[in-house]
Amino acid sequence: MKKAKISFPHMGNYCIPIEVVLSMILDCEYLTPPPITKKTLEIGSKYSPDFVCAPFKYNLGCYIEALENGADTLLQTGGVCRLSYYGEIHEQILRDLGYDFTFINFGDSEITKPTKIYEKMKQYNPNLTIKHLAKALMIGMRMIDIMDKTEDYIRENVGFEEEEGTLDSLYEAMLKEFRTVRSYKSLKKINKRYQKMMKKVKINKPKNPIKVGFIGEYYTALDPFSNHFIEKWLAKRGIVVTRKLNISNTIFFRNVKRLNKKVKSYMKYDIGATGMDTIKEAEWLAKHNYDGIIHVKSFGCTPEMDAMPILERISEDYHIPILYFSFDSQTSEIGIETRLEAFYDMIEMRKEKNK
Amino acid sequence: MKKAYLGVDIGSISTKGVIIDKNNHIIASDYLWTEGNPINAVKRLLKSLEKQFKKDEYEIVAVGTTGSARKLIGVVLDATVVKNEITAHAVGTTTFYPDVRTIFEIGGQDSKIILVDDGIVVDYAMNTLCAAGTGSFLSSQAKRLGMEVEDFGPLALTSKNPTNIAARCTVFAESDLVHKAQMGHKKEDIVAGLCKAVVTNYLNNVSKGKRIASPIVFQGGVSKNVGVIKAFEEATESRIIVDPNSHLMGALGVAILARKNKEEKPFSFSIQDVEFKTKGVDCNGCANHCEIICVYKDNKLIDSWGNRCERGAIKERQNKVKV
Repeated sequence: MKKAKISFPHMGNYCIPIEVVLSMILDCEYLTPPPITKKTLEIGSKYSPDFVCAPFKYNLGCYIEALENGADTLLQTGGVCRLSYYGEIHEQILRDLGYDFTFINFGDSEITKPTKIYEKMKQYNPNLTIKHLAKALMIGMRMIDIMDKTEDYIRENVGFEEEEGTLDSLYEAMLKEFRTVRSYKSLKKINKRYQKMMKKVKINKPKNPIKVGFIGEYYTALDPFSNHFIEKWLAKRGIVVTRKLNISNTIFFRNVKRLNKKVKSYMKYDIGATGMDTIKEAEWLAKHNYDGIIHVKSFGCTPEMDAMPILERISEDYHIPILYFSFDSQTSEIGIETRLEAFYDMIEMRKEKNK
Repeated sequence: MKKAYLGVDIGSISTKGVIIDKNNHIIASDYLWTEGNPINAVKRLLKSLEKQFKKDEYEIVAVGTTGSARKLIGVVLDATVVKNEITAHAVGTTTFYPDVRTIFEIGGQDSKIILVDDGIVVDYAMNTLCAAGTGSFLSSQAKRLGMEVEDFGPLALTSKNPTNIAARCTVFAESDLVHKAQMGHKKEDIVAGLCKAVVTNYLNNVSKGKRIASPIVFQGGVSKNVGVIKAFEEATESRIIVDPNSHLMGALGVAILARKNKEEKPFSFSIQDVEFKTKGVDCNGCANHCEIICVYKDNKLIDSWGNRCERGAIKERQNKVKV
């Protein structure tokens, strides 16, 4: 039988652990979709309903580009908001376009439960054992954890490296090696080596740098292309960027009860998706003397829209400025830059004054 | 020779320019339409400023640019300061009104609110380039009503019973306006209703959730409209300050920033006779096809921007990339 060529849409760098897990549990070849570009968004938008959120369009664009590059199996992870219905619609749109493929859709089961993953994957690989799957998932989870921690470190330090670009290129090299990982041992080894190198990179951080928190809707916050590389823009100006929103914090280590308690003073009920996380994070940043918060979402994202009035209250209670961005398929940079520049000027002047 | 500073604010609809001395006094100023051609507008602006400028008394030592074409004009004028319009407006206003708390700004294509505390910007918001409640919306409705937008304000003041006009979106506002006009509402009532709609839209969208404190300074082109000022005063229940130079505040702000900046560069009005050209190039380095803008001075490439990675950096690799 021919080996399946499987692909998964981009979201930050997470297609690497997905590749590793899939390669371990299925008899397949993984195909990384081409990097997201304006073209991806263009094709995605062309075949999407106009008012659907930008992540849908990005995903669809990635699927089409992957199919055009020879993929025959696609994966949709599903999610906690409308995203869980997207799988069916993506599949239908792609079938209507005449593509022939297998669609592994987790929209109808829970991807956070290993037993459900097993049930699902067993359909595609009858020889899959629980033990084998567990091993793959362990490696995948550990890898995501390492990536998230490393990215946290990079975000907070990349603006201050002595030689610009060192951390980024080290991380890129690490990810490249991660793709070949098939055992826990090799993952550990690669990680150790790179962490050592990264710690050696010279960082000239001033004593009290400007700190900005990055919060908002999941996909838009996590995928740099879809938020117009705001994190990079900030780092270039010598700003510490903190973003707690990532897969490990919101999927692996998310505790709804504890979260509920933390946001009690601002909200009683869960507003869906990562809305609660947004509020918790904003309050945490405000309490930890951050200079500003940037909130990003795709246009029309309901949970985040619901979070915004509460964010306004946090902004008022703690005197912390919040800048809001809502992205769709526009690619003009000037409006974004104007707002970012003004935000930077403002927090810089505020900091100067409070010295 | 006394030192002078040029500030240029190139908006999507209008281009503003001022020359100030070291005490922030305006020695020359003008306001004209951009007409979709910022370079040409700036040339016309310089021509007018040159006429008002005393060459034997002053010498321009620094130039600042702001507004949506600040980058392009910054290159053309070899500016020492290129600043976003939010900061420029805040600097201009706080210089002349040190105790200001809230700045309303409504321009041709955008509107913003800036909150100030103790002379420092503490919060701001800006609409997302929607024409609702901006100057261009008022101009297009003026055309529909067969009158000049400049006459809007005085006419609105004569209305005793402003017509209710939907404020949320220009499309709704326009159909509402047509409908009410056909129903027989008086022209002054409709115009007053329009002014109110602009204010409602502004307060509901741009300044939503922000605490508006007095003193309030209102500026931008729309601040010349007394009907809108009145509607603002009624809605906020406080006095609205409008500076005689309210339309020039961005240009003033960036001129002040140029003055405060240590860097000085010679400037000559003869730049109006130099030919500047821009050219859009699609980089073919990858599928992203970055739209790169190249600026030419007398057919020589002087700057380019728009690329997202090094591959598209035209300036450094002039010989390799065919432009």
